[in-house]
Order: sequence, then structure tokens, then C-alpha cells
Amino acid sequence: MEVIMYMLSSGRCTRAHLYLLLLIIIALGFHTVEGVWPLPQTVTTSPERYPLNSQAFYFGYGRQSAAKPGCSVLDAAFKRYFSLIFQDYTSGNGPLRFNQNKPFTVEVSVDHDDCLSYPNEDSSERYNLSVSAGKASLNAETVWGAVRGLESFSQLVYQDEYGSYFVNKTEIDDFPRFKFRGILLDTSRHYLPVTAILKTLDAMAYSKFNVFHWHIVDDPSFPYQSSTFPDLSSKGAFHPMTHIYTQSDVRRVISHARLWGIRVIPEFDSPGHTQSWGKGQPDLLTPCYRGSTPSGTFGPVNPVLPSTYQFMTKLFKEVSSVFPDSYIHLGGDEVGFSCWKSNPDVRAFMQKMGFGGNFPKLEAFYMESIVNITSALNKTSIVWQDVFDYHEKIPKDTVLHIWKGTGYKTELSRITKAGMRVVLAAPWYINHIAYGQDWHNSYTVQPLNFSGTDEQKKLVIGGEVAMWGEYVDATNLHPRLWPRASAGAERLWSDEQQTSSVDKAFPRLQDFRCLLVRRGIRAEPLFVGHCKHEYQGI
Amino acid sequence: MTTALRFSLLLLGVSFSRGFLNELFDEEEQTEGVVQASKYGSLWPLPQKVQLSEVSFKLNGVSFKISDAKESTAGPSCSLLQDAYRRYYEYMFGSFKRQEGRKSRRAGPSDVTELQVWITSSESDCDSFPSVASDESYELTVDQPYAVLKAPKVWGALHGLETFSQLVYEDENGAKSINSTTISDFPRFAHRGILLDSSRHFLPIKVLLANLETMAMNKFNVFHWHIVDDPSFPYLSRTFPQLSQQGAYHPYTHVYTPADVKMVIEFGRLRGIRVIPEFDTPGHTQSWGKGQKDLLTPCYSGSEPSGTFGPVNPILNTTYDFMSQFFKEVSTVFPDAYIHLGGDEVDFSCWKSNPDIQKFMKQQGFGQDFTKLESFYIQKLLDIVATTQKGYMIWQEVFDNGVKLKADTVVHVWIGGGANDELAKVTEAGYTTILSAPWYLDYISYAQDWQKYYKVEPLNFNGTDEQKKLVIGGEACLWGEYVDATNLTPRLWPRASAVAERLWSAKEVTDINDAFNRLSVHRCRMVE
Repeated sequence: MEVIMYMLSSGRCTRAHLYLLLLIIIALGFHTVEGVWPLPQTVTTSPERYPLNSQAFYFGYGRQSAAKPGCSVLDAAFKRYFSLIFQDYTSGNGPLRFNQNKPFTVEVSVDHDDCLSYPNEDSSERYNLSVSAGKASLNAETVWGAVRGLESFSQLVYQDEYGSYFVNKTEIDDFPRFKFRGILLDTSRHYLPVTAILKTLDAMAYSKFNVFHWHIVDDPSFPYQSSTFPDLSSKGAFHPMTHIYTQSDVRRVISHARLWGIRVIPEFDSPGHTQSWGKGQPDLLTPCYRGSTPSGTFGPVNPVLPSTYQFMTKLFKEVSSVFPDSYIHLGGDEVGFSCWKSNPDVRAFMQKMGFGGNFPKLEAFYMESIVNITSALNKTSIVWQDVFDYHEKIPKDTVLHIWKGTGYKTELSRITKAGMRVVLAAPWYINHIAYGQDWHNSYTVQPLNFSGTDEQKKLVIGGEVAMWGEYVDATNLHPRLWPRASAGAERLWSDEQQTSSVDKAFPRLQDFRCLLVRRGIRAEPLFVGHCKHEYQGI
Repeated sequence: MTTALRFSLLLLGVSFSRGFLNELFDEEEQTEGVVQASKYGSLWPLPQKVQLSEVSFKLNGVSFKISDAKESTAGPSCSLLQDAYRRYYEYMFGSFKRQEGRKSRRAGPSDVTELQVWITSSESDCDSFPSVASDESYELTVDQPYAVLKAPKVWGALHGLETFSQLVYEDENGAKSINSTTISDFPRFAHRGILLDSSRHFLPIKVLLANLETMAMNKFNVFHWHIVDDPSFPYLSRTFPQLSQQGAYHPYTHVYTPADVKMVIEFGRLRGIRVIPEFDTPGHTQSWGKGQKDLLTPCYSGSEPSGTFGPVNPILNTTYDFMSQFFKEVSTVFPDAYIHLGGDEVDFSCWKSNPDIQKFMKQQGFGQDFTKLESFYIQKLLDIVATTQKGYMIWQEVFDNGVKLKADTVVHVWIGGGANDELAKVTEAGYTTILSAPWYLDYISYAQDWQKYYKVEPLNFNGTDEQKKLVIGGEACLWGEYVDATNLTPRLWPRASAVAERLWSAKEVTDINDAFNRLSVHRCRMVE
């Protein structure tokens, strides 16, 4: 076994002695391996099982691995998963150990040394996991695939009635069905403390989500502290000190996400949904008129002033350097025209441009300018479907985000027919709650069940579970999100044929929910029952 | 009260839409939802009579005292009050260190330096348990240099302390302030409860305690502990330990020991909250059967026992022996004058299938009317419980089926749709009643459903004034199918607060906008 041993924190286990295995083998029924959530593409398990001992359990790098010890992503993952696997582990004084265990090593090999990079839209998350006596081999193309494989491995480990840890002989070959699997959090309608976001990222990794769509600003507040335009948050946040995300907060979120293989895509939605921007940036919003005088209220971003585009250029320049992902979400949804209509300068501009009374053209003009700004920064734009609906001539590499619940299948057909890529969120607005097991709704979505060619279907790059913030803050975010979002996670990761039954999924999801609770995620129950380890907070 | 009828209440899903709110309101009206200041500050539930003046005083966290008035009949020996003083002091000022040598120690001229608590009745109730007849009224005068809280009993004083703490606010400089105020307050209804279900999911003790704490902030005074049901039996009985040994989710980690129960009761008492346990029979008892052989009816399929069990077996003497001993224990463990005996949703199919039961029915001349058998059981049970000197509460079916009830029975109305008719019927028959039907908080829906609970008027049924007096209150129910420690608190609060105000404040307090403004601040206070 040619492995570079990776020693874990406990000082007591530096004596990597090999002892004779003294196992009392008790004839118990075999643990039925309920499996991994989301379900891997192929799994073969056997009743053969191997004991794991926290004192003789190691993660290591395979000899052929391109990533070596010192790889930040994997080193950190080994640490995290050791604690997640051995939940009861407390270093320190144990009793005399009479039975000494054979070591068990999880040997990780990756093809590319991408330890210092960020996950991106093309990152492979494929992995192969083979668990056999004394050893598990985890092979992946990238460290991100390895992180997914470690999650699966951690879910294969279980404890018997005596508390001993076991893992069964298992073979997994796995890859995601969709490469874009996101969660949207809304930090404008309610501020979410950084710790709540970090915890969400942890739970996302447990469900193999890989995109955090950060709807960071909107009408009610502007918590993003811009270094170029500090007034935006000092005047537009709920509170200029306690309810903002500083640059270091943002960096912390991004680096935490990176270690889990999660991309962070910020959304700076305009020209609508921008009331809070106006507080710190005079003249950005359109003054609304009542008759011939300004009414004192403001509408969407003012699209007729050059200063608007100068501001946006600077802001997006900053944003694109702060957020490393190649995508930026530009919003573009739900623009109300009444204020623009009321404003004489806007009307004059419309005339000049030959738009007549067609305000969608004005909106299209604005969005085109914004998309061009971000394109020049080498970013791919994501925009809400509205932008496609009124304006089909946007750059081909723009990604359309479908959110309208009614007719989303038709919209999928239309947009992909035009050759554009889409992310589907419409059926996963889980901020809408209802009595009972509403996770069924998320689970039974068939994202590719729309009329279109195979080529069209390939343009659906994934989906997103949205938790809008009207009624959500740190007090209820986690129980409202988990495990309901996990239902969407399996739909986006797993094979649809193998995961079409909610009845089959139910016991697996129940187990997974208890696993989340055990890991400290306040995941709410699916139905009557209990977990061995209940949530310990209030 | 948990299955069949509940589904008729399901609300229509809200159309999926990103801009749900925007579709409802015009752009002009988007300021809707912005919290405005209420003229009543953040008082919740709103007292019966409030006079708030603009004159503001300061509270000095170092020197401020809550003390017993000289004339008070409850002195330093009343630990209930002393505990409450400390709790509210910490709540208002944090764990303010009494720092030496700070000049701010001396009271300023515009300070309220002391809150004097004056128990006026010769019997303060300090060492007793609250009851349905407890006087909860109080009068509060905030003035300089003393604020005075007068209450006949400690229960009113507890509510008055809560009210006082709600009057305290921070001015622009963060200084604790309070306005000159006169309040005269008492509850509209005597029974203001929260039902929690610790059978469908086990609720750890600290969750129950935290809930009692929040209940006190909302002037709730009854914790209806639906402690056991079909899925599990977490109550550790001294007489029948095998009930939880076999019937709990886990015999050690998912049970309430006698010490746990005691702690809940005392924690409640110190906050003026009664703890009423519910031991629901003859239905909802699957978990009882695991630890108590022959208690449940064996169901038959054809002429063979099917191996499954139905409701409590009403035809065996052993059943009643068991119930006698069991309720004797329960009546000593729980000091409240009432026990909730359930009696809802009895499914007859198993009884029908059982030949012994059929024979018994014939003997008794019940024909095929299984409600008669149910009544037969309940009647015997009520007689048993009556011998323990306890009063009882029962779900409405027991009344509907014509069981003979003691005059002081409380009928619990839970079936939605027709609740008003039921209230009319129950009160016409002369029984006291409490209402839960419109307040099943386990039913969730998108958006501000607290408004729905707030708008309920409990006395909106046809009946005489005498009948209306028989409605002694209501309960907000949080059944446990989808609730455990992970989501209980955010699901219950502040939605239950809407019910709290309906049950405490005057009937005329119905301004939903003012309620929104006060409730928004009250929520932030609860979050802290």
C-alpha cells in the first residue's frame, strides 16, 4: 500500500502502529445501506463490512495523484470529513485499548492539481469510489470531484447498535446530471448574518449543491459594502454597521464556498428592484412625476443618463474583481414602467431613440448596455427570463434564468430553441410553504420534460432552489431550507429514472435529514418520527 | 383532532411568482409593510386601559431597583417574585455589572429609580399554583421617582412586570427610557393556552422551557401538554415504567422523567402558567399498547386476530384498573386542577372486527351503535378521574356523543367549520368551553397568516350573554406531525402572539395595522 499517510489532528495517533485485529464479531443483521443522498449514478454494495476506528483512520493522497499534501482544498476536506464521520470523537484520554484495529485509509487521487483554483462552470465533479478491506480508493478528475466523493463516503459510514463504525464494501461511479445546481439566498429583504450563510454552504455541500446564487441587494436594503461607492451600504443598508457585508465578509463567504467546491454568483439586479441603491447614489434612479412636477418618489434606474452607465461600469468592475466566478447575475426582472412613463426626460429620450411608446425597448436598451459592460469584463451574464421575453437579441453566451411558475415548460422550449442556455428555478421556489410534505413538489419536477430536440435539452445547464426573503431571516432560514432543498438537489444530481418515486425517496430523505441534524443543521422533520440524535439547540 | 378533518383546511397554494408582492400592490403602495410607530409603543398584548404620555424618564441600569412595596403582602420570602425581579432586571438591562465608582450611579433628576411591586390581597398566592380562577389583573403607574405596580395576586404582578419591561426603550443615545404611563389591565379570557405535541416528535426539555418563557412574554397562562399519542409515549410513569420503556422513541433519550416534568411545572408556575397534561384515550393510544399488554383492542381480520391493535379495550376490567392507577399517579404529578382526557377521533373499525366486543355490545344492548360503546368507556373513565378530585377537559366529540359530564367539565372545541354552532350548543348545555378550531398553527401557508388568527372573534356565535360567559378562553395548537426542536420556535412565534392578543385584549382591539406595527417590534424583542 503505497500511500502518503495524512495524519490527523490528534496527538495520540502519531504512533501509527499496526496491531493485530481483535474483533469480536457479533452476528447482527447487516446494516441495510440506505445509501447516499443525492443518489449516485451507479452504486454496488455488498453485505461485507469493515470496521473503522477513529484512532486508525487516515485520509491520504494516492501516489499518482496530481494533488499532493498541502493541497488546501483536500487537506481542509480531510479535516472536515474526519469530524463528520466520527461525530462522537473526542481526542484525549481513552481507556486502555485492548483491541487494536487495522488501519483504514481513504486514498484520494485526482488528475489535475486545481487546489488553488475556484470551481467553475466546466469543473468536472465526477468521481469513482471503491471501498474494500482496509482501504477506500477515491479517484476524480478534479479536487471538486474528490470533495463530492468524500461526501458520499461519509454517508456510507454508519454505527451499529454498540456505536462501532462500519462501512460496507461498495463501488460507486458518480457524476452530476446537471452541472449547475444552485441555492438562492436573498440578503436584502432580510439581512442574513455571515454565519447563517456559511452554515448554508456547509449544508449545500452535504446535498452536493455547487452554486450559491447570492441575491445580495434589492429594493429593501443594500448590504453589500462597495469599496468604490461606500454610500450605497452606508445609506442603503438596514444599518450601516451591523447589517452589511464588508469586503472581508464577502471574501470569507467565497473562500468557505471554494473549499466545498461551491461557486458564488452575486446578483446585482437592475434596473428594477433598486430602491435601496438610490439612497446612496443620487440621480441613479428615475424621478417619478405627478403631472408636470416630480412626485418625490423614484422608479427604476434612470436609463437616459450617461452618469448611470459610468456608475454601473465602475460598480461592475469592482464586483467582477471581488467575485472570482465567471458569471454575474444581472437581474433584469419585473421592471415597472409607470415611473418611466411619467418622466418627461425619459419620454424625450424615447422619442430621440425612436422607441415610440414601447417601453420594453427602453428596458432592452438598458439591459444591453449592462450586459456589454460585464462582457467587457470577461464575465458571463445570467439574467432573469424577462430579458429574453422582451428582447431576443442578447449575446449568445448569456444564460437565462426561468422563474415564472406558469408556463415554464413553454419558456424552456422557446429559450432553448433560440439557442440560449437556461437555468430553471420556477418549480423550486421553496420560500412558498404549505402544510404537509411539500418536498414532493420539488422532487417530482422533470426539468427536461418540455418539447424540444436533444440539442435544446443540452442547453438546460441546471436548476436552482430559491429561498426569497420576504418571510425569512436567520430565525427560520435553516428549517425552511432543509431538507426541502435536498429534494431539489437529488433531482439535479441523480438519474431521473432511478429517482422517480417519492415513496422510495422518503425513507432515504428521512435518514438524510437526521444526518443533517446530527451535523448541526436545523433541518426540519418530514413527518412523524424521531432521530437518534435530536437537534440540541432551541 | 389531528387527522381526518384537518385536510379540509388546507389552503390553496400561492401562485409561484418572484414578484408575488408586487403583483398584489401597485408601485405606490410598496411602502406597505413598512413598520410605523404605534401610539401604543410596542405593548403586546395591548392592555385594557393605557394612558401613555410624552413625558419621558430615564432608567439608570446601575441604580434601578425592583422592590417590594412596604404595604405589599408578599415580601422578600416570596421567591416567585424575587425570581421575577431578577429575570426582568436582566431582561431590561442585560447582565449589567454593578460597577463601582461610576458617577452615573447616582440617580438624575428625571430618573425613575424604582419599580415598587405591591401585592394588595391578604393572600398573595405566592406559593400556590395558578388556576382558572386566579386574579391576573394589575395596575401600573410609571411616574417619578417611583413606578408602582399594584396587583391583588402575584399573577397580576408577573404580567405587570412584563408590561413594564415592554414600556422600556432606548433613546437615540441608547439610554434606557420609559414614558410616564398609567395602565389598568386584566385578561378578557381566563384560559389562554398553547398546545404542544411531544408524541409525534419528542421535544427536548429546553425547548419546552424556552416556550414557557416566550408564553410569559405574551401573557399566555396555560401550557396544554399533549404529552403522549399514537407515535410515542415519552412520559415516564412511576407506576407503569414500561409504558415509556417500550413506548417512547427511546427509553432514555426520548423520555420525560419525573424530575423533567417537575421542572416544567415549576418553571411554568414561576411565570404564572398552568401545566395541563393530556392523556388522550381511547383512541390515539397505539404507543400505550407497547408497554401495557391487553390494554388495546386486538383487531380481527375475519375470525383471526390480525396482529394489529385498535383503541383501548373498553370491555375488560383490567383496563379500568389500569386507568385508575395511572390517573391516580397523573393527578399527583400534575398539580393543576384539570387533566385533559382527550376522547377524540375514535375509529370504530377495530372494535367492529372484534368478536368479544360484538358480544359485549349485544349484552349491553348497544346494537351497532359504537358511539354508545365509546361513551360507555368515557363515562367510566370520567368517573375514575373524578375520584382523584380533578376536573377534566375533553375534546368536543365526548360532548357530541352525549356522555354525561360533570358540571365543571371544559369542552374543547377543535373541529373547524361549524365551530360557532358547536360553541352555541356546548354553552347552551351549560358547559364551559375553550376554542381552538381557528388556531391550528401547525397548518402553515405562505405570507402573513397571523392576520387570519388575529381576526377571529371567539364570541361571534348565537347565544345569550350567560352562554358567552361560559367561553373561558382558547388555545393555539401546534400539532407535531411536521414540528420538532428544529423548527418549533420560528413556526410558533410570533404567529401565536396573534392569538395571545385576541385572548387577552379587549374585544374592540382589532386594528390590524396598529397590530402589525406593535407585533413587529414585539417579534424583535422575542428574537433577542
